[in-house]
Amino acid sequence: MGKPTGFMEYRREVSKAQDPKKRIKHFNEFHEHLPKEQQQLQGARCMECGVPFCQSGMMICGMASGCPLHNLVPEWNDLVYTGNWEQAYNRLKKTNNFPEFTSRVCPALCEAACTCGLNGDPVSTKENEYAIIENAYAEGYAVANPPKVRTGKTIAIVGSGPSGLAAADQLNKRGHSVTVFERSDRIGGLLMYGIPNMKLEKQIVDRKKKIMEEEGVTFVTGVDVGRDMKADKLLREFDRVILACGASNPRDIKVSGRDAKGIYFAVDFLKANTKSLLDSDFEDKQYVDTKDKHVVIIGGGDTGNDCVGTSIRHGAKSVTQIEMMPKAPDKRAENNPWPEWPKVCKTDYGQEEAIAVYGHDPRIYESTVKEFIKDKNGNLKAVKIVKLAWEKDAASGRMNMKEVPGSEQEIPADIVLIAAGFLGTQNYIADAFGVELNERTNVKTETGKYQTSRENVFVTGDMHRGQSLVVWAIREGREAARAVDESLMGYSNLVVQ
Amino acid sequence: MFDVKKEVPEAPLYREEFEHDNCGIGACVNIRGEKSRETVENALKIVENLEHRAGKDAEGKTGDGVGILTQIPHKFFARVTKPLGIELGKEREYGVGMFFFPQEELRRNQAKKMFEIIVEKEGLEFLGWREVPTFPNVLGHKAVECMPHIMQGFVKKPTNVKKGLDFDRKLYIARRLFEQSTEDTYVVSFSSRTIVYKGMFLVGQLRTFFADLQSEDFVSAIAMVHSRFSTNTNPSWERAHPNRLMVHNGEINTIRGNADKMLAREENMESEYLKGQMHKVLPAISKTGSDSAMLDNTLEFLVMSGMDLPLAVMIAIPEPWANNKAMSQTKRDFYQYYATMMEPWDGPASILFSDGDIMGAVLDRNGLRPSRYMITEDDTLILSSEVGVLDIDPTKIKVKERLRPGKMLLVDTVQGKVISDEELKEKYASAQPYGEWLDNNLVFLKDLIIPNQRVPEYTYEERQRMQKAFGYTYDELKASILPMAKNGGEAIAAMGVDTPLPVLSKSYHPLFHYFKQLFAQVTNPPIDAIREEIVTSTTVYIGTEGNILQETPKNCNVLRVNNPILTNTDLLKIKNMKAEGFKVEVVPITYYKNTSLERAIDRLFVEVDRAYRDGVNILILSDRGVDENHVPIPSLLAVSALNQYLVRTKKRTRVALILESGEPREVHHFATLLGYGACAINPYLAQESIRELIDNHMLDKDYYAAVNDYNNAVLHGIVKIASKMGISTIQSYQGSQIFEAIGIDKEVISKYFSNTVCRVGGITLKDIERQVDELHSMAFDPLGLGNDLTLDSPGHHKMRSGGDEHLYNPATIHMLQESTRRGDYQMFKQYTAMVNDENSIRNLRGLMDFNYPKKGVPLEEVEPVESIVTRFKTGAMSYGSISKEAHETMAIAMNRLHGKSNSGEGGEDLERLTVGSDGLDRCSAIKQVASGRFGVTSRYLVSAKEIQIKMAQGAKPGEGGHLPGGKVYPWIAKTRHSTPGVSLISPPPHHDIYSIEDLAQLIYDLKNANKEARISVKLVSEAGVGTVAAGVAKAGAQVILVSGYDGGTGAAPRNSIHNAGLPWELGLAETHQTLIMNGLRNKVRIETDGKLMSGRDVAIAAILGAEEFGFATAPLVTMGCVMMRVCNLDTCPVGVATQNPELRKNFKGKPEYVENFMKFIAEELREYMAALGVRTVDELVGRTDLLKVKESLSERQREIDLTQILTNPYEGSKVKCTFDPKQVYDFELEKTLDERVLVKQLQKAIDAGQKRSIEVDVSNTDRSLGTILGSEITKKLGDNVEEDTYRVLCKGAGGQSFGAFIPKGLTLELVGDSNDYFGKGLSGGKLIVYPPAGSTFEASENIIIGNVALYGATSGKAFINGVAGERFCVRNSGASAVVEGVGDHGCEYMTGGRVVVLGPTGKNFAAGMSGGIAYVLDEGNDLYKRLNKEMVSSGEITSKYDVLELKAMIQEHVALTNSEKGKRILDNFGEYLPKFKKIIPHDYERVLKTIVQMEEKGLSAEQAQIEAFYANAKK
Repeated sequence: MGKPTGFMEYRREVSKAQDPKKRIKHFNEFHEHLPKEQQQLQGARCMECGVPFCQSGMMICGMASGCPLHNLVPEWNDLVYTGNWEQAYNRLKKTNNFPEFTSRVCPALCEAACTCGLNGDPVSTKENEYAIIENAYAEGYAVANPPKVRTGKTIAIVGSGPSGLAAADQLNKRGHSVTVFERSDRIGGLLMYGIPNMKLEKQIVDRKKKIMEEEGVTFVTGVDVGRDMKADKLLREFDRVILACGASNPRDIKVSGRDAKGIYFAVDFLKANTKSLLDSDFEDKQYVDTKDKHVVIIGGGDTGNDCVGTSIRHGAKSVTQIEMMPKAPDKRAENNPWPEWPKVCKTDYGQEEAIAVYGHDPRIYESTVKEFIKDKNGNLKAVKIVKLAWEKDAASGRMNMKEVPGSEQEIPADIVLIAAGFLGTQNYIADAFGVELNERTNVKTETGKYQTSRENVFVTGDMHRGQSLVVWAIREGREAARAVDESLMGYSNLVVQ
Repeated sequence: MFDVKKEVPEAPLYREEFEHDNCGIGACVNIRGEKSRETVENALKIVENLEHRAGKDAEGKTGDGVGILTQIPHKFFARVTKPLGIELGKEREYGVGMFFFPQEELRRNQAKKMFEIIVEKEGLEFLGWREVPTFPNVLGHKAVECMPHIMQGFVKKPTNVKKGLDFDRKLYIARRLFEQSTEDTYVVSFSSRTIVYKGMFLVGQLRTFFADLQSEDFVSAIAMVHSRFSTNTNPSWERAHPNRLMVHNGEINTIRGNADKMLAREENMESEYLKGQMHKVLPAISKTGSDSAMLDNTLEFLVMSGMDLPLAVMIAIPEPWANNKAMSQTKRDFYQYYATMMEPWDGPASILFSDGDIMGAVLDRNGLRPSRYMITEDDTLILSSEVGVLDIDPTKIKVKERLRPGKMLLVDTVQGKVISDEELKEKYASAQPYGEWLDNNLVFLKDLIIPNQRVPEYTYEERQRMQKAFGYTYDELKASILPMAKNGGEAIAAMGVDTPLPVLSKSYHPLFHYFKQLFAQVTNPPIDAIREEIVTSTTVYIGTEGNILQETPKNCNVLRVNNPILTNTDLLKIKNMKAEGFKVEVVPITYYKNTSLERAIDRLFVEVDRAYRDGVNILILSDRGVDENHVPIPSLLAVSALNQYLVRTKKRTRVALILESGEPREVHHFATLLGYGACAINPYLAQESIRELIDNHMLDKDYYAAVNDYNNAVLHGIVKIASKMGISTIQSYQGSQIFEAIGIDKEVISKYFSNTVCRVGGITLKDIERQVDELHSMAFDPLGLGNDLTLDSPGHHKMRSGGDEHLYNPATIHMLQESTRRGDYQMFKQYTAMVNDENSIRNLRGLMDFNYPKKGVPLEEVEPVESIVTRFKTGAMSYGSISKEAHETMAIAMNRLHGKSNSGEGGEDLERLTVGSDGLDRCSAIKQVASGRFGVTSRYLVSAKEIQIKMAQGAKPGEGGHLPGGKVYPWIAKTRHSTPGVSLISPPPHHDIYSIEDLAQLIYDLKNANKEARISVKLVSEAGVGTVAAGVAKAGAQVILVSGYDGGTGAAPRNSIHNAGLPWELGLAETHQTLIMNGLRNKVRIETDGKLMSGRDVAIAAILGAEEFGFATAPLVTMGCVMMRVCNLDTCPVGVATQNPELRKNFKGKPEYVENFMKFIAEELREYMAALGVRTVDELVGRTDLLKVKESLSERQREIDLTQILTNPYEGSKVKCTFDPKQVYDFELEKTLDERVLVKQLQKAIDAGQKRSIEVDVSNTDRSLGTILGSEITKKLGDNVEEDTYRVLCKGAGGQSFGAFIPKGLTLELVGDSNDYFGKGLSGGKLIVYPPAGSTFEASENIIIGNVALYGATSGKAFINGVAGERFCVRNSGASAVVEGVGDHGCEYMTGGRVVVLGPTGKNFAAGMSGGIAYVLDEGNDLYKRLNKEMVSSGEITSKYDVLELKAMIQEHVALTNSEKGKRILDNFGEYLPKFKKIIPHDYERVLKTIVQMEEKGLSAEQAQIEAFYANAKK
């Protein structure tokens, strides 16, 4: 351990975010990271625990606590402290194929479970990870390292989200020839078009794509397998197929007035926005412009927040975010102790920006949409919302939501963005391969396995486990890769920590 | 042979080889060789007065063994044989054989006939038989049941054979032939000079059983006696001492290696005296004998081969010569010469030997057994374990002495004189030009030339592949190799083991990890290899061993290596050495992938045979060259298999094995390799890995310095492992096989690791092969595909998700904490469900299942929770290792539940001993007494409900502790009676327990110190723990705790945590079984602990024999512990294991949480009991019929064989198998002088608080004198009675532990002398001892008190007019003492107090001393040679304050003892003062100065301490 007393001597310090009013002027990442030396001291705060909760990824009270990738956090935190950046990178990439993504977009389960957080501030593990990977690029450690021997086996991966990419990376390292099919024009899945540029700049995705290409992975974009290309063809041409198509079927809000113009799914809104940004810096106008519009976002999660930030950047007149749940407490509740995932109110960048611009938090809690109100042209004009109250059902003991009579309220809305989560995979691809689904509309496999009901077809990521975090997607990809390797070769030396 | 008839069957887990014995010894010799009845009488009296050193069975009627060796009383035999028609002839013209024949007549007659035939064939004349008259009715029934038929046979000396040795040699050959021809007869002795009478007696029975011994004409000039205290009540007639040449008190720890090497040596030995006869005699050692018997066999063999008896003893038990700079060169050369041929037989030993002409005595190199002797005016030498065993008029005593470590005392009755150690040894040392021989033949590694060759080096990638192929982990690189290379020492870790045994682990473990280090507990002491380094040696000799029986220069033609861990350069030198007499060859220990490992090993044997035929005498086994198709044989397997093959084929001494391997990297790995036969090891890959660390900037150090430091760290680690077993030299450790295997198939063990205990089976050779292959595939992919070559993190110690499963993981820790905080039993059940997860078996109990009866009992009928929790205890964790908050929380919780918390070894704040003003009882019910004796005062002991003697602890059995100064905060220092900021050392052994009878004495002391308290002894599970427990039960303990290896909350070396000790399942079952076998089970309660986490665990523990249960980690977790494993760093972030006031603020534990845990466990246990149909815990104990092997096990898991644990031969037996209060050991305290006289006479005065003096006569059997009286004073009046309020004047010989733990206000004045442990734990009282008036010897030159005086004294005064034995004032923390000379290791580990020594000191003075001051009169200005300067400085006395203090102490000494020497010094004080040296520890001096500075600044004394602590901590 770098410094046993580090956690007592040094305070947590993290990157500085640009002033909200400044950063809304652009779509770039807006954090100024600590200088290397200071970052090293942050590494010293790691206590190198006997039981590192940060990397456990165990289910505690129904939620994952610690990193599902089992990142060797204590090991590389220590190496950060001692300034062994190259070794730190080696330990990091051992479990994580894409630290450049996770260090930007992960909600950092590691920090939530960090033992330092029990009585103080957790170690800034996420930013240590960021420093390691960016340093690795800067110093030239993170370069292509193509396999020396090829197995002659071919694998098709459908979908280029984090899970598909992770599987591709693993299998390619092993010497298999991997082709990744992506229906969009750019690879990355949600990394590319789900997460806005200010959270993850797209050249970061391209940077990794380039390395993977140099290592021998083939990317085919603009091909929608199951529609543009038949499943059978793929199965004929490749020894194995991995489906990694995500859970991209958005949950809709089916209330009256849903047909009003101006209602979008958040993913579509965000995708169009990023594509237009990348294609033409918004010159092509192929995005939903929120300038001077009243924007109402349904859903209080990360995607909703991304919509807030994006809308503000385009100059929305007002932004309102509707959340069914009550406002979470500012600190952990008694029944939500460490290391459980903290159910606390988090004010994310978008909300911060909203507060800076409009002077108040955009979120309305314990409310739901009752009706979309349109004008005579069919354009959206307002949203009627109603307050919800939580009641305990005497019979089942479960908490149910009840509308509070007379609490209806109309808020002006020109644009509504639905960010209410996802309902599993899109059917066409599963149908095309004829794989069975489970009751949660995910592709069915045995627990902990990746082989689908169809021979030679494997599944990974959200399509397998349902909507989840990037870290889970990567873990799935790694495990699926091992399963595929084993099925191809009869054994596998691919390690999943 | 003559074992007790098996009325109870043998316990499955018991092994005969687990037996140990320790004893009392004595001798009486007429120096002029005049035979008399008095000599025999005196010897018998000695042994009768050592009763407390003898063992007896559960009933107290059968002894462990007593015997006597005398010269042959010619007149007696002539008289008694006459009626039988035997013509003996003259003295020494016949030999007498003493026989234990079978009782059955037919077999006896066959044996007798056989003997007669052999004697005749050997050219001797058999004269006749004599029935030895015996009185079996005096014996206990067990002794009678196995009593042999005892006869004597007489053999005539042929006229052409010389009297004495030559004749005895003929008899020896005949005896050896007879012994090999008959199974059921034991020859007690067969000699023309000596005879032995012995048997299974109580001390008084020897005389009454053998009528011969009572005859007036049974006379002798030499008589040696022995009483045995076996740590097992399964003693036998033949295991009693004396053996044919010697008696032995102690234990040979290295016996396996010694015996093996002796066997191997036979091929090499030639003697002109046994020319053509050798085959009749060999094997010299009878492998069924005890350690003492084997040593006796060896000595006898050497003597018969022509070696002088004293010489044979000298080379078998050499004094520590290697580090002794004061020794003469000739003597060093002599020892060096013989060291190349014979390794020391090492272990605590006091040995008396005699061939009928001479009588000698020798002590082991450490002086671990007491032996005192005196010589009287009429030339009688009386020697015994204790003084006072005979009444000798003090005016007739010429010399009072003790045997000294490594020194020999010899009486030659033929020449009629005592030969001094110096004279004797110089004689043998100058017998040959050993120095010249060595100079010509002995080769030193450092002198070999480095050849012009490169040492092979790996590229980065090659290195990575090698690391993978040998299964390296990141953790090993980072947390083991790195710290060793960086700091030159082993890494420290904490919080025990909670991962599966290797055999149950899903991740790879090298074969080393299947072997667990054995360690000494009770039967012999571990050695302090750090503070007592002077007795250790790491030298090994490589090459062909010489012929020990002939003194020739060629014998020492071997290579001397000082550190058996070789660098690449060292190995290169050896590979290329050109010296005469050496031929080196490298033999690969790799084999082709996909061939069988078994064949590979067989091929290795063939290879080695070939090399041997070619004259190779140094074999280098090498696994360099592992590549795509070469896989390595696991190095330990290769070494052990080959070593055993060489022993079997009698080549071992001709060939030395050096290992060149990439596999070993941790200390334990090397320890097993040396322990199984490697002479030296070159860990090339570990050293390469150091290069990698440097290349990777993880280590900033010169490569060669780093490798050296690494090698030294390994070496020190091995020395420490050897010391744990009481072995002090690597040469003796080599091949000693002191390991138990767990999880290896029996066939593998018997084939390649025979002699290793392995009781549960496990992996087969095929499994090992598979493991090797899997590793190899990870390094060299079978298809050459890309592999992750970075090191894995399997989390063997600190957890890594995806690696080894830990019982304490985020989920279980969280659930345990939440459920006990909320008091939610259902949630707790979720926690236990995780712990007991059927799908992941992590320990032996996981392999078991309950055998539920068809019908249980209703839950309401089961013993209630309130009753069950009284059986629960929290673990022994010292205040110091954990915070005040945590410590008190547990105490409060356990007191509320009427369970017991344990103080641990750090003492306890006085305020806690009484109920607080808030009504909370913070007093720990169990008070621990550990080797450091911190804060063990009379008050501390009086406040206990149970006193626990910690013999070993799970995390690091056999090791001591070291609390670094930075953790000795002022409040900790206060309860430990030490100085803030000064580090504290607890020694590895209890210095008052070097053997079982010593433990019995400590138990007795503590029982005296608190009559109401139960005495408990804490042991750690290992092979043989049941046997030890049996001894402990006989010694009077009422509770025996068998701790699992996996427990242990404290800090310990990484290697100890994982590789020493066994799971409690094994130790507990063995203990339960062995105690029943010996009828001792109902005398004690058995307790167990070691990661007990659920009701299921407790139920299984009860079924395997436990009645009480300890929990340590779990309660800590309920109080907030999150298994940081940083207890050693004082950075515990939850305020549990830290003293840092800031971190302690984070403590959030409450007694309720601990209570909830205990209640929940009890509740869950009740549920199991109900289902099992059992109503009380007592009913559950021992019910192994309720357990079975789990049905759904994997193939690997099924390989583990639990039969021996689950088989209960005692089910339904009449023997009650739980504790029975009626059977409790009777200490007979009502018979003590204290109860009979002292308390009675002083009671009124105590009640009234008045002054009073009395007088009594004492003898050596009055042990722990004054202790009960002291406890009464403490109970009544507390710890601050005015000095000298109660005075007791004692006359005679003080028994052991004279004045132990006596409090302030009590003064014991002794006119006479005293035995060991004088003033043990002195708690404020005053002790005065001086010789009686009329003594003619010079008091200041003669010994007056025994070894280990004032051990653990905390305050008080002692004035000793005479010399004290070894280890005077060891661990003194506050008493002041004046003495006129001390033996070796004086003031060891002292942390406080004042000691004035008005005379010479022995070696190693002030070792580990971290506090207090010693003033030593250094008249010869040579103290510096014997001072251990590691922690102290020595200088003249300059400060006025010091002068005053010294003078005042001497004045008081003179006033109280009338010391002549003291007077002389005071009369010429100015002259003497400059000759005094002041010995003061560096740290202590610094802290004292700072405190004074702080006080000068105006701070209060308390504030000054705190400020001084921080001021020094910052440095």
